[in-house]
Amino acid sequence: MIYTNVETIPGKQIVEHFGIVQGSTVRAKHLGRDFMASLKNIVGGELKGYTELLQDSREEAMQRMGEQARQMGANAVVNVRFATSSVAQGAAELFVYGTAVRVE
Amino acid sequence: MEILLQHGDLVLFLTLLCLGYGAGSWAEKSHYASINKREKELAHLPVVTGRESYILGEVEQSELVTGSVVVSIDYFKRLLAILRNIFGGNVKSYESLVDRARREAILRMKEQAQAKGADLVINLRLETSAIGQSANQKRQVGSVEAIAYGTAVCLAKR
Repeated sequence: MIYTNVETIPGKQIVEHFGIVQGSTVRAKHLGRDFMASLKNIVGGELKGYTELLQDSREEAMQRMGEQARQMGANAVVNVRFATSSVAQGAAELFVYGTAVRVE
Repeated sequence: MEILLQHGDLVLFLTLLCLGYGAGSWAEKSHYASINKREKELAHLPVVTGRESYILGEVEQSELVTGSVVVSIDYFKRLLAILRNIFGGNVKSYESLVDRARREAILRMKEQAQAKGADLVINLRLETSAIGQSANQKRQVGSVEAIAYGTAVCLAKR
């Protein structure tokens, strides 16, 4: 499965379009991480726990999108976009969407 | 000593303030130093916001690369920003926060692209979102997340 965020896949030819595919995850961080983050809020700097958490969940969202594309018979997703929103207290939603295509 | 015990919360506040100022400015300085150093190292890998017109040569492979980071502001700067809300104007302390987050995200994306052996990253997109509001409800921006993503292009070697 190839992902790009441009309309085409450079170096390859798109032969078929399948329409939009999407994947999303809503994740909450656990209490320990939240506590560490609130400590880190005093001194500032990178919140490694959150970075990892968001990265993991973004990967999972992409996997779900890839799975959806595979079911349609696609072998690539073009024009991928990411979006993040905090839906509830302490939970973040990671959303990925794109266009499933078949390339040669 | 008695005065200190009587005003325990004030002492705590001042301690947090000093801690935030000291550790916060040290963290920011070292972060900027590391960003500048790595930006120089990765300067040979061009990143453009444009599309396919930037590709010169034959493309072998292309792939999505992402980089993300969550950076938090310190206690002292948060207080400065709250004071700034009264008078208005540039909130310098937040400017440096988002600047650091974006540059770090781009750097991580470039590192990933370099690991894949890419020659060029096209169609760079940046996104910023505020997360972790649960840490304290009163303060609206405690930490920001920056994501950078683009398409890494490997050119065919001649």
